[in-house]
Amino acid sequence: MPTEILMPALSPTMEEGKLSKWVKQVGDKVSSGDVIAEIETDKATMEVEAVDEGTIGKILVEEGTEGVKVNTPIAVLLAEGEDESAIGSAKAEPAPAPAAAPEPASAPAPAAAEAPAAKVPAQPKSEPAEVPEVPAGTDFVPTTVREALRDAMAEEMRRDGDVFVMGEEVAEYQGAYKITQGLLQEFGDRRVIDTPITEHGFAGLGVGAAFAGLRPIVEFMTFNFAMQAIDHIINSAAKTLYMSGGQLGCPIVFRGPNGAAARVGAQHSHDYAAWYSQVPGLKVVMPYSAADAKGLLKAAIRDPNPVVFLENEILYGQTFDVPRLDDFVLPIGKARIHRKGKDVTIVSFGIGMTYAIKAANELAGMGIDAEIIDLRTIRPMDVPAIITSVKKTGRCVTVEEGFPQSGVGAEIVAQIMQHAFDYLDAPVLRITGKDVPMPYAANLEKLALPNVAEVIEAVKAVTYRT
Amino acid sequence: MAERATAPKRGRSRASASDPTAAVKNSAPDLADFSKDEEFEAYRMMLLIRRFEEKAGQLYGMGMIGGFCHLYIGQEAVVVGMQMCLREGEDQVITGYRDHGHMLACGMDPKGVMAELTGRRGGYSKGKGGSMHMFSREKQFFGGHGIVGAQVPLGTGLAFANRYRGNDNVSVAYFGDGAANQGQVYESFNMAELWKLPVIYVIENNKYAMGTSVNRASAQTDFSKRGLSFAIPGEQVDGMDVRAVKAASERAVTWCREGKGPYILEMQTYRYRGHSMSDPAKYRSKDEVQKMRTDHDPIEQVRLRLIESGWATEDDLKAIDKDVRAIVAEASDFATVDPEPDASELWTDILK
Ligand SMILES: Cc1ncc(C[n+]2csc(CCOP(=O)(O)OP(=O)(O)O)c2C)c(N)n1
Ligand SMILES: [Mg+2]
Repeated sequence: MPTEILMPALSPTMEEGKLSKWVKQVGDKVSSGDVIAEIETDKATMEVEAVDEGTIGKILVEEGTEGVKVNTPIAVLLAEGEDESAIGSAKAEPAPAPAAAPEPASAPAPAAAEAPAAKVPAQPKSEPAEVPEVPAGTDFVPTTVREALRDAMAEEMRRDGDVFVMGEEVAEYQGAYKITQGLLQEFGDRRVIDTPITEHGFAGLGVGAAFAGLRPIVEFMTFNFAMQAIDHIINSAAKTLYMSGGQLGCPIVFRGPNGAAARVGAQHSHDYAAWYSQVPGLKVVMPYSAADAKGLLKAAIRDPNPVVFLENEILYGQTFDVPRLDDFVLPIGKARIHRKGKDVTIVSFGIGMTYAIKAANELAGMGIDAEIIDLRTIRPMDVPAIITSVKKTGRCVTVEEGFPQSGVGAEIVAQIMQHAFDYLDAPVLRITGKDVPMPYAANLEKLALPNVAEVIEAVKAVTYRT
Repeated sequence: MAERATAPKRGRSRASASDPTAAVKNSAPDLADFSKDEEFEAYRMMLLIRRFEEKAGQLYGMGMIGGFCHLYIGQEAVVVGMQMCLREGEDQVITGYRDHGHMLACGMDPKGVMAELTGRRGGYSKGKGGSMHMFSREKQFFGGHGIVGAQVPLGTGLAFANRYRGNDNVSVAYFGDGAANQGQVYESFNMAELWKLPVIYVIENNKYAMGTSVNRASAQTDFSKRGLSFAIPGEQVDGMDVRAVKAASERAVTWCREGKGPYILEMQTYRYRGHSMSDPAKYRSKDEVQKMRTDHDPIEQVRLRLIESGWATEDDLKAIDKDVRAIVAEASDFATVDPEPDASELWTDILK
């Protein structure tokens, strides 16, 4: 049967073009791949290649014709042994797209497109699991954040042979910040791996190993250096499950100290909480206490998704009570009420908690009873915990070390506007790092970071105290 | 400048630092001696890829396929020759966005691939990945990646998993002459050799990265030497001759399976079509393309051998062509009638 040759679309946006030249004429034999015509699009002159073999039986659109719509038949191709008499029965090969009669102002739509403006379905809600209570009578052991993180990794490595840790100085040197202390001795160099200084490379390698079903813990000496690896964290780790229609998960943890340490200048002091929290497909955890660090790192290692686990160098040496339990795992995505109160809600996370807690203590002396919510997880964010508290207090201040624009505080403010606007008695205020690269000079660095007095001022402002 | 000629060279040149390849002990000829079955296998698979890609081009022209669509026409011998030495479903394969040929060679279903191109629910990624992003756990095909060079550390990580588990599977990471200039490639080379990871780096040198010819982008145009400073053995291979590819693949696979570390194969090949569908390819002459097509076409080479050896008649080959066309027609029919993904799929597969 003769075949119709259709005007092709040669770019994602092409709707029509000029048939500028016929390279083949009626009677010419063509085989697959031969250039038969040239067309001009808005961008370029392109060649039309034959897909099938045959002889040009008839030209339907003369050369020089402008505005030829995509999918218009432009010629008829005769198969071996056919002559012109067959032309009437020509059939487009393959069948033209059912709904593809191109409408002037629309990009080529897939044939099966439904009614024009399909409604965006509602996003399903996922409720994080309830926080397991620490059973009554449990002993608590004073533990530093550093030890808690190490214990979490060691416990999970004992539990699952697929878990391994890699990064710069994690093995022989025992960790640049001594977080992996003792792991090489216990697990050997097959599972505790010193890498070259090659963040982009080893982050990608870790993601590949996770695709293959291993459970890598990738330590960045600090998250500042993960900038070199952010492509693999976002494009390779976070997006692949979706792009594979659910086939290929990526059970990996990227961890290390994040944010400002002390006096290390602008390139070594960046807080990335807001950055990673913007990416669907990632979980972002940022603990404050040692117990949360331990329970959440264990959860992160078991999680089938990529988890960005943001630690803080200044917190590493701080001591907290950690429950003495064989397997203490906390749910990712669940905030913790650090202090109950009724007058104002302070929402913070990570090192921001240190300002919030000191401020709340001082505020108590002034007769202001602050509730502190420690988010612990930035993504998925426990918005219900914030809303419940704000509905009770009617006032809210957020505290973080990161930059103000599009920061975590900005997100919290937006959520409150949407879900608790009518309950607010004052505008929500944000305390953040200042909008400047981190300075080196001691006095300027201090100014650039949030401080307790700022938190107190903000709380006084939203509670209309002077 | 003679060295920078764009025509593929036959045979191989082995790179050597302290001559790492001196250790490659084998007398394998540069061209694998194909049995009749192998000739037919290669012919059929290369033809399937070509016809599939022609159909994809056609569906693109009809607006059925959107966005970017990078065709593999001209390069078929590379994946087909490589795959002839791999264990399907065990050895891993990973590549960039020019991935249709790799998936078909891995044994993935043409219907699922084509339906992904048209963004339908029966596609390998339920229509959520598109031409550049498909995966198959069953066939150990790990994508399908859109960031130039990203597949190189990822593929190295797949090899890491093999070594970690102590099996003798091999990972094959394909990338282009353009991707070969990415820093992460050399980060990967370093770790792969340092840890003796079983990964074959296949550099598909099709002479162009979009509109930039190799000569305009690369200080060292002999890509087989790109692993020299890491002491990774490399070969330059006539990537238009499936027998040369298979012979080189054999050597590389053996090297990796024996635990000797990574191996580099520069496949000298050529893409006939533009970089993607919307590329008019004005940066090269028609003669150049035509010359490759008439003198080096990978499928035509096998066809002539089959006829000359008397292993096949024109009619036999027509029958194969008919079969292959039927498979492609079935794939394209499926990909045009299969519905788009349900709207609720918008919110699935974000987290496990
Ligand atoms: C990191 C990155 N930079 C740029 C691009 C845009 N881009 C896509 S393909 C390509 C050319 C790559 O050429 P090559 O590696 O030779 O592969 P080929 O297309 O020839 O198969 C470019 C620049 C990209 N996808 N990713
Ligand atoms: Mg190229």
